[in-house]
Amino acid sequence: MPRISRVSSDSPDTLGGRHRRGRSRQLQGAQEACTSAPARDLPAGYGPAGGDPIIEARGLGRTFKSRGRTVNAVRNVSFTVHRGEIVGFLGPNGAGKTTTMRMLTTLLPATVGDALIAGSSLRYAQEQVRRSIGYVAQGGGAHPDHRVMEELILQAQLYQMTRRQAEKESRRLCALLGLGGLEDRQTKTLSGGQRRRLDIALGLVHRPELLFLDEPTTALDPRSRNTIWEYVRRLREEGMTVFLTTHYLDEADALCDRILFMNNGTLADEGSPDDIKRKLSADIVTIELNGYPEDAWRVLEGHVGIREMTVSGLALNLTLADGDRAIPGLVRALDAAGIPIAAVRVSRPTLDDAFNSLTGNLPSRQRNDLACSDLAH
Amino acid sequence: MKIVRDTSLIFRDQVALAVRSPVWLILGAVQPIISLALFGPLLNSLTGGPGLAQGTGWQLLVPGMLVQLTIFATAFVGLGIIADLKSGVLERMQVTPVSRIALLSGRVLHAVVFLIGQCVLLLLAGLVFGLRAPIGGMVLSVLMMAISGVATTALSYAIALKVRNELVLSPLFNVVVVPLPLVSGVLLPLTLAPGWLKHLSELIPFSYLVDAGRQAFLGNYASHQVWQGMVVATGSALLAFGIGARVFRNVSR
Repeated sequence: MPRISRVSSDSPDTLGGRHRRGRSRQLQGAQEACTSAPARDLPAGYGPAGGDPIIEARGLGRTFKSRGRTVNAVRNVSFTVHRGEIVGFLGPNGAGKTTTMRMLTTLLPATVGDALIAGSSLRYAQEQVRRSIGYVAQGGGAHPDHRVMEELILQAQLYQMTRRQAEKESRRLCALLGLGGLEDRQTKTLSGGQRRRLDIALGLVHRPELLFLDEPTTALDPRSRNTIWEYVRRLREEGMTVFLTTHYLDEADALCDRILFMNNGTLADEGSPDDIKRKLSADIVTIELNGYPEDAWRVLEGHVGIREMTVSGLALNLTLADGDRAIPGLVRALDAAGIPIAAVRVSRPTLDDAFNSLTGNLPSRQRNDLACSDLAH
Repeated sequence: MKIVRDTSLIFRDQVALAVRSPVWLILGAVQPIISLALFGPLLNSLTGGPGLAQGTGWQLLVPGMLVQLTIFATAFVGLGIIADLKSGVLERMQVTPVSRIALLSGRVLHAVVFLIGQCVLLLLAGLVFGLRAPIGGMVLSVLMMAISGVATTALSYAIALKVRNELVLSPLFNVVVVPLPLVSGVLLPLTLAPGWLKHLSELIPFSYLVDAGRQAFLGNYASHQVWQGMVVATGSALLAFGIGARVFRNVSR
């Protein structure tokens, strides 16, 4: 089986899923699953989804005018989301993610550009867009004095379902999202996790093709977060496409097929969590020696694959692409030169590091004694 | 038709919520009766006094009280929508295909229905206290109150959605609402008033409604005051509703 070179992911043309469509995308995903190094990152059945485009954003922009000044909150945002994907919007506060999401959900008109959501234009077919999407806002949208079933039924009726259909769907969703037994409780009496599940139910009651989630697990305890993640994964299994914003890197890592990074109103990067991690950061292999660090340096100086090497005391810190695969070669080289090795450690990149390098901060783990030469791009 | 169905949905929902807090209902019902009981005897003794041309005290008072009730019962509805805004309910509904107009008309309708109920209570209490007026006149008055109620509720919602702050809104409504009845000639006909007050009242729609109500209670349905009152009520209702609809459409922007 031909090995897919990881180096190609460095070039902008093949970044993330932008140029992979339909079947060829699935094929490539399968190949990657076989040959890519960190199999640890790929749970069973995981891979980029291939469906036709469900969101096609082209040149979206939004300008706010306040007190004579013009603020470009969002500039030239273009991307595609395919059916069946879970795509995450990641970025620091003020990056423009919420503004973009509000444009995609018809709450805010775009100043410039357009998007096709499930085939309908944001500019000219808003009602059609509204029928196809579900939206769960960051703080939710349940009326505190309404009862759970009452709220679900009203929401269904707003989508023009009959009373009977509304009741049936509401019951189904209560069971599905673990709200059984709470049907007659006022929403203000629900716990945080229950409220969030109700908010998601409200977004799903009309069986949309596409669900928008704005910060779905913010302010929830870890158990509730995991529960919500489970539900989102199950939704995807049923064929739903999910578009979420989050500032939790572990959430983006755990849920998303692809991540779109936003910073300062524009899309800074996009790719699968692994792509991003691999591209922007690198593994750090730390070799602790029992002596002769300068000799070790000389031995490894020309070693293939090392991007950066520093020494601190008796420890050699090497930055390279694939720590796991490189270790045997490094150890053999040092062994052959007779240099005693005490320990070897591999430190893997986290999405945190990728995020920090994209937004211009130095990754914390590398801040102390290393120079990261692969930061901006 | 979609707007009708959506309005009905929102209307029924708002009524169901309102009925759940009996305190408001009771207060709303009791307020007109109390004002009648307090002011009635006072004005009855003014019949035949200087400047008061026609009608007994009740016939002069009750139309004014109806307008005062309308103002007080509807001006503050805007406060309720701030809670909806802050809890995200409005935004959630805006992402659904529900008609934007229905979000306003359902609420306005629920406020007007409660207003009509309170007006009827006021009239019943008036009848008990000694009011004698033709049924046609009373029905016409309530109709005018309902129409102008559309104007006041729509404006209240529109202002609330623009200001978005209960702490500012409450005193704002109060400052506008409290002097209005006086300047509209609610308590006393403005034939008694000095020139500048008379001119001010001509600018306020409610004074026309009070005059129209007084003529209706005397049975003079075709008088020019009644026509003026209807035109003012309808015109302000249309204008205010238009403003409200626009504000609702832009509420998330």
